[in-house]
Amino acid sequence: MSFITGVGLTPFGKHEGSSSLDLMSKAAQAALDDAGLERADIDGILCGYSTVSPHIMLATVFAEHFGIRPSYAHAVQVGGATGLAMTMLAHHLVEAGVARNVLVVAGENRLTGQSRDASIQALAQVGHPDYEVPLGPTIPAYYGLVATRYMHDYGVTEEDLAEFAVLMRAHACTHPGAQFHDPITVADVMASKPVAMPLKLLDCCPVSDGGAAFVISRERTGDTGVRIRGCAQAHTHQHVTAAPGLSELGAEISIARAKEATGLAISDVRYAAIYDSFTITLAMLLEDLGLAGRGEAAACVRSGHFSRDGAMPLNTHGGLLSYGHCGVGGAMAHLVEAHLQMTGRAANRQVKDASIALLHGDGGVLSSHVSMFLERVR
Amino acid sequence: MSERLADWTKGEQAITYQTCTSCGHVQYFHRAFCAACGASDPREARASGKGRVYATSLVCRAATPETRAHVPYNILLVDCAEGFRMMAHGENGLAIGDEVDASFRPFAGKIVPYFTRADQAEKP
Repeated sequence: MSFITGVGLTPFGKHEGSSSLDLMSKAAQAALDDAGLERADIDGILCGYSTVSPHIMLATVFAEHFGIRPSYAHAVQVGGATGLAMTMLAHHLVEAGVARNVLVVAGENRLTGQSRDASIQALAQVGHPDYEVPLGPTIPAYYGLVATRYMHDYGVTEEDLAEFAVLMRAHACTHPGAQFHDPITVADVMASKPVAMPLKLLDCCPVSDGGAAFVISRERTGDTGVRIRGCAQAHTHQHVTAAPGLSELGAEISIARAKEATGLAISDVRYAAIYDSFTITLAMLLEDLGLAGRGEAAACVRSGHFSRDGAMPLNTHGGLLSYGHCGVGGAMAHLVEAHLQMTGRAANRQVKDASIALLHGDGGVLSSHVSMFLERVR
Repeated sequence: MSERLADWTKGEQAITYQTCTSCGHVQYFHRAFCAACGASDPREARASGKGRVYATSLVCRAATPETRAHVPYNILLVDCAEGFRMMAHGENGLAIGDEVDASFRPFAGKIVPYFTRADQAEKP
């Protein structure tokens, strides 16, 4: 059994003058404080990557900087799925008795540490170096390709996709740490600058500075425990050119495995924390995971289903789309928010009942998937 | 192992693909083996350049000065007649399901496959 005993999250946006290590340290300290643990209690470290400060041994660099001598440490790279993949590994390390308390940490000054073009270019390299990158695609273009096909097959419109941007912004408006606090409308999304059609600027997550961290432990430390009930992965391809058909993508495979591992069903879920790099990502994942019927996710947004007071509150911090995206730490914010909701600490964002949460991360171009169920235990 | 056929990734105006001589699997990304069964030395051939549009995305915001000179440019996934899928450029008005033919155009210092509607391409 494993518990998420502490979480830490910085505000996202501009942290002028902060390095990736600074942001990782800030989040890590917050997670340790939240867990009520000291540096000496941490015997495992898993960290994400930083595109601004690439290093072949980032976990060791961080451990030295932060002041920990762990018995287990390395970095993990699974794109946007890295945060949940690290959490899954920490869960198994703790269950196997390899470590007692694993610190999972990521942070990056992606906004102020490099130009936006440099970020876009660095990320586009997930494409095939010979068969894709010479064509000048960007990450939005890879997802734009998936979007046109999904819209064609399931009758989803650009206005439908815009609903997800509006919802994430509405949620971000209630979180002081979010990068964006100005409400937006569907018309605003539709009128925003074209990036890679059908995706426009407000369909895309921003580039941010920020950091996030958790502690995964064998023993609970707080009154309310958040237990990792079970998790699973699926990896079907790396490059969008080699992706299987829309009905065979990894989200459906990983959620099926996670349901099997936990004995839980989607009907058990009370809170959803779903990767939302683009509006199309969120729409597709909600439908692939079974949180909405095929082609029906936007209608669910319009009816309030995914709002804070709805039947399935979703990314109440604002998600990548509006809380922000600092790389690996970006999707870790989803887990931090889920933890706050499950432990009744989400202040004005608190939902009624977050007893069971479903988290899902996606890396690459819907290439790598991690599905995870968390359960509150008292 | 047979010598590799030059294709557009090597500056030649051609699209190539491989077929496994053991299991028949067709693959676009060149390898020394079949990714489905592992058999070595899949047979290489030039593709006809005929296909059908699977997906499109019109890139309006590019990340490098070289590619920015070309915006907007339409990125496609094309299902080729020989049974493989490839990424390419194409006319801006192409829609999913359109039958297309390949040609080649300069882009950011290289040549890239560029698809046009099949009926148009057949005109002299």
